[in-house]
Amino acid sequence: MTINTAFNSGRLTLYLAGELDHHEARNTIRRIEELLDEYMPRDCVLDLAGLNFMDSSGIAVIIRVSRRMKTLGGRAWIENPAKQPQRVIDASGIDRLVPVAVGK
Amino acid sequence: MKESNYIKLEFPSRSSNEAFARTAAAAFAAQLDPTLEELGDIKTAVSEAVTNAIVHAYPDSIGRIAMRLRIIKGSTLEISVRDWGKGIADVEQAMTPLFSTGGEERSGMGFTIMGSFMDKLRVRSSPGRGTTVVMQRFISPRQGLR
Repeated sequence: MTINTAFNSGRLTLYLAGELDHHEARNTIRRIEELLDEYMPRDCVLDLAGLNFMDSSGIAVIIRVSRRMKTLGGRAWIENPAKQPQRVIDASGIDRLVPVAVGK
Repeated sequence: MKESNYIKLEFPSRSSNEAFARTAAAAFAAQLDPTLEELGDIKTAVSEAVTNAIVHAYPDSIGRIAMRLRIIKGSTLEISVRDWGKGIADVEQAMTPLFSTGGEERSGMGFTIMGSFMDKLRVRSSPGRGTTVVMQRFISPRQGLR
């Protein structure tokens, strides 16, 4: 699991790559919270194009980022989910809480 | 009737084995010639079942997890994940979407995802003795060359 970042006019994009399961989730949450504290973004984009695998632990990470951005007065959304993460997102119904944007 | 194929694996409940278990399941399932989507569904369901055992069956210790995969009726994959841990007092409650007694890295969606990615899902548990999750997924045979 790797996280690359891009920050541009208040928008922090997190490019998640690799596999996000329970084993990786705790460190991923910690790492993302550090990044949010560091950048204090207005918007946080979770770009999942490079994420080969995600299970419900990924849903927990997404929910946490979304809540955190709300308390910061900002927004969070998902972009470009690869096929397998997209199916987990659909099955969980999390797209009712966190918007999913495709194709850019 | 053709004798069906199977594997049995046993491993300690370390979280680093989650990736191993789903990769092994995918490797076994490959003989049914699944699509990438079917393979992704199988890996996801296995990841959820094994993670549940690691997080909930053995919250404060390392215990045994046994995973068995077999092919039944020629084209259905059956996966069972068994532990000898704490057990679940109320299985129905545990299977309710968003219900979770796990930590910050769990969402309460594990059984929901197993249920929607598999054709059949059965959970047997007795407190103090352990839990067995049995899942089945039909893999549609594909015609001709890919």
